[in-house]
Amino acid sequence: MLVTISQIVIGTADLAAAFLFLFGLQRMSSPATAPSGIRVAGLGMVAAVLASFFYLASVSPAAQPHVMVNLALALVALAIGGAGAWFVGRRVAMTAMPQMVAIYNGMGGGAAGSIAAVELFGGHTQGATQLVVTLLGGLIGAISLSGSVIAWAKLDGVLKVPLRVRGQQYVNGAVFLAAIAVAGLVVASVLGVDGLLLTTPQWIWVFFACALLFGVLMTLPIGGADMPVVISIYNAFTGLAVGLEGFVLQNPALMIAGMVVGAAGLLLTVIMAKAMNRSIANVLFTNFGTVAKARPGAITGTERPTDASDAAIKMRYAGKVIIVPGYGLAAAHAQQKLFEFVKLLVAAKVMVRFAIHPVAGRMPGQMDVLLAEAGVPYDMIFQLDDINDDFASTDVALVIGANDVVNPAARSDKASPIYGMPILNADKAAQVYVIKRGQGKGYSGIVNALFYAPNCNMVYGDAQAVLVQMIEAIRGLGAAAA
Amino acid sequence: MSFAIIMTGFVALYIFVLAGFAGWVIIGNVPAILHTPLMSGSNFVHGIVVVGGLYALFNAVTPQEQTIGFFAVLLGAGNAAGGYAVTDRMLAMFKSSDAKPAHHRASVHTIKKG
Repeated sequence: MLVTISQIVIGTADLAAAFLFLFGLQRMSSPATAPSGIRVAGLGMVAAVLASFFYLASVSPAAQPHVMVNLALALVALAIGGAGAWFVGRRVAMTAMPQMVAIYNGMGGGAAGSIAAVELFGGHTQGATQLVVTLLGGLIGAISLSGSVIAWAKLDGVLKVPLRVRGQQYVNGAVFLAAIAVAGLVVASVLGVDGLLLTTPQWIWVFFACALLFGVLMTLPIGGADMPVVISIYNAFTGLAVGLEGFVLQNPALMIAGMVVGAAGLLLTVIMAKAMNRSIANVLFTNFGTVAKARPGAITGTERPTDASDAAIKMRYAGKVIIVPGYGLAAAHAQQKLFEFVKLLVAAKVMVRFAIHPVAGRMPGQMDVLLAEAGVPYDMIFQLDDINDDFASTDVALVIGANDVVNPAARSDKASPIYGMPILNADKAAQVYVIKRGQGKGYSGIVNALFYAPNCNMVYGDAQAVLVQMIEAIRGLGAAAA
Repeated sequence: MSFAIIMTGFVALYIFVLAGFAGWVIIGNVPAILHTPLMSGSNFVHGIVVVGGLYALFNAVTPQEQTIGFFAVLLGAGNAAGGYAVTDRMLAMFKSSDAKPAHHRASVHTIKKG
C-alpha cells in the first residue's frame, strides 16, 4: 500500500516537474514573462525533490538497514550543496557569470557521473542495455565534470594560457578510445567474462579515470575566446548524461529534462559557432581562440583623435544614435556611466539604441545582462539581425570596448582571419566614435579598418573617464542654455 | 493495478526524441537577449539530476556507494540551487522602459533638476 502511494506521489510530482520545466522555458521567449518562467520551473524542482523522499518507502531489501544513515546523508548533502551554491549564486558578480555557469554545469555532470558510479559499483543495472546506457551517461557526465572545471579555471583566470603540445589531438583520441575500450571491458566483466586482468570495480575506476582525463585534455588546448562555445557544449553534455541516467533509474522526469537541456545546449552551440563564423569541430580541434597574427601595412591612413566633449555634443544634437558596447565596457566597469550618458541623450530627444553582437561578452547574451544590470531597459537593446540595416540611416555610432565585431574587414578582406564573421555595420553610420584605451591593437590583435575610415574619430582614454567627461559636457550645455 | 514506471528501449527512445524536439523548438523561440539566463536556466533544469542522486543514495548499501551517492546529491543540489539563484537574479534585472526600479527613477529625477 505504502509502496503504491509512494509510486503515485513520485509519478505525479515528476510529471508535474517535467511539464513545469517545459512551460517555464517556454515563458523565456520574452523578457517580460521570463522571471515567472524560472519561478514556475523552480516550483517543479521543489515538488520533484520533496516527492523523491517517497523513494524511502521502497528501497531495496539490502539497503533497508541503512535507510536512516542514507536519509541523514541525503539531508546533509542537500543542505550543504543547496545552501552553498545558493549563497554564491546570490553574490557572484554578473561579469563572473560564465564561470558560474561552467561550474554549475560541472556539478550536474558530476552528479550524473556519480549516479552511474553507484549503479555500476552496486551492480544495480539489469541487462546489457541498461549497463551500456549507464556507462555512456557516466562517460559523458565525467567528461562534462572535468572539462567544466578546466573551463571554469580558464574563465576565472586561474589558468591563463592554453596548454598545447604537438600531437595532442592524437593523445586525446587515444585517451577517448581507451575510455571506450575500458567501458567494453566493464561490460564484459559484469556479464561474467573471466581473465580480464582486473576485477570489475577496478575496471570501473579505470573507466572513470579515462573519462575524467579526457575531459581535461579536451578542454586544455581551447583558448579563452572560444570558451562560450565550450560551456554551451558541456551544458548539452550534462543534459544528455542526466537524460541517460534517467533511463537507467527509470525516471521519465530526468529523461525529459535532460534531453530538453541537451537540445538547448546543442542549439546554443550552433548559434554561437555561427556568430563566430566557425564550425563546432573547428572550435574543438583547431586551437584558434587566442591570438591571430596581426598583418601590418594593409591599411593606409591614420587614426584621428577627438575630444570626449566634442563627441558628446555631436551626439546631443544628433537625431539617431546607436551604441555598440563590447566586453571592454564591462572590463572598465563603465556600464552605469554609459547609461547615465544615454539618459541625458534621451532627455534631449535623441533616439538611442544599443546594438549587441552575438559574441559581445564572454558568453552568449552576457552583454545584454550587463546592460540590464546597469538599468538599460530591454526595449532599447537590439540584436545584430534586428538593427544592422539601421546603421546606414543613423547619425552617430558610438563603439565602446568593442573591436573585431565592428571590423569591416570581416565583410571585404578575404585574407583576414575574421573574414566572413557577421559584424555590426557601425561603419555605415554618418559619424563613428570609438572609445578606446590607446592606439594599440585589440584583444584579437587584428588591425581594424574602421578606425582609419574617414567617418571615424577616436576618443582615447579609459571608458569610464571618457564617459564622465561626456556627461559633464552635456550637463554644461544644459547649464549654459538655462 | 501497479503504478510502477517501467520503460523499455523503444518507449525510452520515444521520450528522448519527443523531449529533444520540444526542447529544440522551445529554446529556438528564446530571443538572443536572454541567452545567458537561458543557459543558466537550462543549467538549472538539469539540476533535476539531484532526484536521481537521492534515489541512488537511498538505495546505497556499502560505504563506497554511500560516499559516491552523497556526492551525487551534493553536486546535484548545488547545480539546482545555484542555477536557480543566478537565473532568477539575472531575469529580475530585465526591465522595460515603462517600469524602472526605484533607484533608477531617483537618478533620473536628479538629472531633471540639474
